[in-house]
Amino acid sequence: MGTSMIEARGLTKRYGDTLAVDDLSFTVQPGTVTGFLGPNGAGKSTTMRMVLGLDRPTSGSALISGQPYSTLKGPLHHVGALLDAKDVHKGRTARTHLRALAQSNGIPAKRVDEVLEMTGMSSVAKKRIRGFSLGMSQRLGIAATMLGDPDVLMFDEPVNGLDPEGIQWVRNFMRALAAEGRTVFVSSHLMSEMAQTADHLIVIGRGRLLADVSTRDFITQSSTNAVRVRSPQAAQLVELLRAQDVTAEPVDGSLRVRGVTTDHVGDLAAAHSLTIHELVEERASLEEAFMEMTRDSVEYHAEVPTTADKGASS
Amino acid sequence: MTTQTTEQPGGGHARQRSVVPPATDRFDHVVRSEWTKFWSVRSTMWTFIALVVVTVGISALLCLAVAANWDDINAADRAQIEPVSQSLSGIFLGQMAIIVLGALTISSEYSTGGIRTTLTAVPQRLRLLAAKGLVLAVIAFAAGLVTMVPSFLLGQAVLSTANAGIEVSLGDPGVLRAVIGGALYVAACGLLGFALGALLRHTAGAITAAVGLVFILPIVGNFLPGSWGDNVSKVLNAGGSIMNARPVDNQLDPWTGYLVFSLWWVVLLAIAAVLMRRRDA
Repeated sequence: MGTSMIEARGLTKRYGDTLAVDDLSFTVQPGTVTGFLGPNGAGKSTTMRMVLGLDRPTSGSALISGQPYSTLKGPLHHVGALLDAKDVHKGRTARTHLRALAQSNGIPAKRVDEVLEMTGMSSVAKKRIRGFSLGMSQRLGIAATMLGDPDVLMFDEPVNGLDPEGIQWVRNFMRALAAEGRTVFVSSHLMSEMAQTADHLIVIGRGRLLADVSTRDFITQSSTNAVRVRSPQAAQLVELLRAQDVTAEPVDGSLRVRGVTTDHVGDLAAAHSLTIHELVEERASLEEAFMEMTRDSVEYHAEVPTTADKGASS
Repeated sequence: MTTQTTEQPGGGHARQRSVVPPATDRFDHVVRSEWTKFWSVRSTMWTFIALVVVTVGISALLCLAVAANWDDINAADRAQIEPVSQSLSGIFLGQMAIIVLGALTISSEYSTGGIRTTLTAVPQRLRLLAAKGLVLAVIAFAAGLVTMVPSFLLGQAVLSTANAGIEVSLGDPGVLRAVIGGALYVAACGLLGFALGALLRHTAGAITAAVGLVFILPIVGNFLPGSWGDNVSKVLNAGGSIMNARPVDNQLDPWTGYLVFSLWWVVLLAIAAVLMRRRDA
């Protein structure tokens, strides 16, 4: 299992004039949940499709445990992938859908019942997929990924459209898979989601690699910490800070000071007998840090800056 | 996990192997999977019912038209009537059902997005295409027999009501070959729909193209002038000749005709196979 890695080497995909994926190289390690993070349209889905051999790279390659996907023998035994839960024939029942998939890789029918049980789908096994909610479809898709008990799992935006309970279930499921030593690669356009699930992050924007770091490092590095201070003698405080080469900008009747701690500002004010009404640490949210990093690579900018679009997957 | 996990000193979980057997790589597994998929959608049964009802029904009506008017048909026209193909003639409408089924076998994978799930399970695309084609051909041939045998028997019973001795039986020369040939024709029609479905990846497009090939082109052929026009017409009308028990004017020999008709799906499927290997799913 130690070799069950996903590797991208100079992966590139061009559609006409558009470079969807641009010379992307990364390695996804076993035993951890690796988040694949990027705004919508960053090339996450395209990358995953190339890893699965569905789309042909313009150049570069993608390997599973050192092999191209298309050369894997009985691929469901090695890789479980859920790209889009709607990618099924909706006229079949959940059970026949899974049974046909299992048969193609020589997996016994007993395993179909197991994965239905595992994902809480046993009660709707004989229902046609057409009538399924998005949450049920996601569970069915996840059930399909587990058919071959694979070492490598890939999920594209698995919590999109799920209710909080469903989201919690998916998170726990992915964490459990990684704890068992499997390689778990999961995409999202929401940093807050990844912060709660992923140990490691691969961040892309406009098809290019922006960061390949542990989640912890990403949070520490990218937090643009600031101090917010409210004082009736703000003008004097600004002067004192400027003397130390620290700039303070006025925001909503108070000051935002970057690059210093609350202790420092408090001490400085005390030393000059300035009155302080409020002094707080202002920690940038992870979402803001993510947006900061990907600002130049977002495909469409709204007139008024908003949080990352919660629409379709990239 | 399905299997029990045991707590490890590090806090992680050891994973026990489940009932899943070791990975294999076998064509018959893919065939079995496609077999399951074939029978687990409702459209399969509906198209079979349409095939049988339309073919047997129209054939019987056309035989009735001959038997009821036999005394009014002149000698030249009587000579043109070949009793076996007459009793199977409803297939020229019924074939649309099997063409649609053949197209759906692959085009529904694209319209539903299921092709991406299918190809992650079976990434060898030609193997997938071969398994689907094999399952379709076998089932379409069987459905052809289920359609053609009753159609023949009912048609001959209707023809016998003319009391002119025009009816034939399965034991007569060339008759069994013509009836089984009808089932082979059904299989070829299914594969034609399948090839077009694989090529165009779109159900409506595939059906439209098939209508052009099996309905429009033969009619166009009939309007071509001169002896070269006759020859082109023979080629464009090649499909039906396998269902003649005896030679018929302006039609190819049974097996020659069948091979010519089969070229449509063989060539189209070959092109589809080449494209399928290259295209993004």
